[in-house]
Amino acid sequence: MGDSVKDKVIEIIAEQAVLEPSDIALDQSLEDLGVDSMGLVEAIFSIEEAFDISVPFNANEPEKSAFDISSVSAVIAAVEKLVAEQTA
Amino acid sequence: MRRVVITGAGSINPLGHSVAATHEAMREGRSGIGDLDIRDVERLSIRIGGQVKDYDADARFNRQQQALFDRFTQFTLIAAEEALAQSGLEFSGQLAAESGVVLGTSGGGLGTLDDNYRVVYEEGKNRVHPFIVPKLMNNAAASHVSMTYNLKGPSFTVATACASSNHAMGQAFWLIRGGAAKVIITGGSESMLCFGGVKAWEGLRVMSKDGCRPFSANRNGMVQGEGAGVFVFEEYEHAKARGAEILAEVVGFSMTSDAADIVMPSQQGAARAIAGALNDAGISAEQVGYINAHGTGTAANDKTECAAVANVFGQHANEVMISSTKSMHGHLIGGTGAVELLACLMALKDGVIAPTINYEEPDPECALDVVPNVAREASVDYVLSNAFAFGGLNAVLALKRAG
Repeated sequence: MGDSVKDKVIEIIAEQAVLEPSDIALDQSLEDLGVDSMGLVEAIFSIEEAFDISVPFNANEPEKSAFDISSVSAVIAAVEKLVAEQTA
Repeated sequence: MRRVVITGAGSINPLGHSVAATHEAMREGRSGIGDLDIRDVERLSIRIGGQVKDYDADARFNRQQQALFDRFTQFTLIAAEEALAQSGLEFSGQLAAESGVVLGTSGGGLGTLDDNYRVVYEEGKNRVHPFIVPKLMNNAAASHVSMTYNLKGPSFTVATACASSNHAMGQAFWLIRGGAAKVIITGGSESMLCFGGVKAWEGLRVMSKDGCRPFSANRNGMVQGEGAGVFVFEEYEHAKARGAEILAEVVGFSMTSDAADIVMPSQQGAARAIAGALNDAGISAEQVGYINAHGTGTAANDKTECAAVANVFGQHANEVMISSTKSMHGHLIGGTGAVELLACLMALKDGVIAPTINYEEPDPECALDVVPNVAREASVDYVLSNAFAFGGLNAVLALKRAG
């Protein structure tokens, strides 16, 4: 999968941030990119739809979630893990 | 301005099928939340809720009635019957012309919509029952109460999401206080615990999978409930003249709008509504002994609500008792304020403060007396009931002990 997951996740986050995918840096947090709590919930929905996975995320306790959203690269890694589990 | 009193109360909710059963559960700190028993529950990720249990529609309504009464209307009529029986009122002539129905609901006949979307989309049928529209419409419950009891004055339905019932009861209060009505049957009802209803809430990712723990540091979201609460609001002189038992007096109401965010609550909007209700009632914060909190158990609501109370109440915030009975019956959305008003009546009339159950860990951002886990005996003269809706619409009622 490699870049395909990465590119798709970046595309989804870029859409919520109203930016071009090329403007997204991997070390940025979603907050840095201007994605608020509703944008985050929408991004997670888009990720679930795009990869046919279920993302464990509760907006009440994002920090306790098994799904790491601390940066763009963390989100990509978390999605790659879920996709790998899905196909395993 | 005329005074407004409550002369009847009725309810069916996850804690019981009457006011007495509800009060008993609240006194005992009993939970009405459990595993959801609905069609396709295995396709939901949220599988708990506060359902009305041991409910047999066939025992209450005949086939023709059920063809017209969605579950939210059925709950309303059951609660209205209890409330009106307690009030002892019958409506004819001039009194009928000056009496009406103002009820809150958010989803109305959502279960009817869900069932019939299945019929046409999933089962591919091209025909639905002829009464789907009058069954699902949000004003169906108010209209059936009006028809059942011959109430010919102002009647309508209020939909402000989670604040619907409080907004409805506020309108009822104003109609009587201003002289436009003698009696208003008011409160609210909700029945969203169907596959589509829960699925929609799931999407927002604010629901808890394991329980409702308002104000507790380990809270992780709201739990939805269903049911109805209905009250008879009556003009004081009218109630006094006929020797009616007065359960409590409604003395203040305030509504504000955050004008900020469609889902995130605002401390300022909530505080303005709380202060507004005190001001409308002409009382000081120090006179309030109990607040029935909105207390949804979400991270956002609970800390915002506590900050708003602390802001308005100042030093007295440390003294006032504030509890969320949603911990027991769940969030009845458009019907929630009505069922929660029962906790206010219990506080004023019986001197028992309903607890916030499932309270496990203190949260420094919710450092008020939330009456943790166990009901408390206390004599209170004034209470407030808070409701803060999605969309930033806030409604707070102030009630006074009778006599």
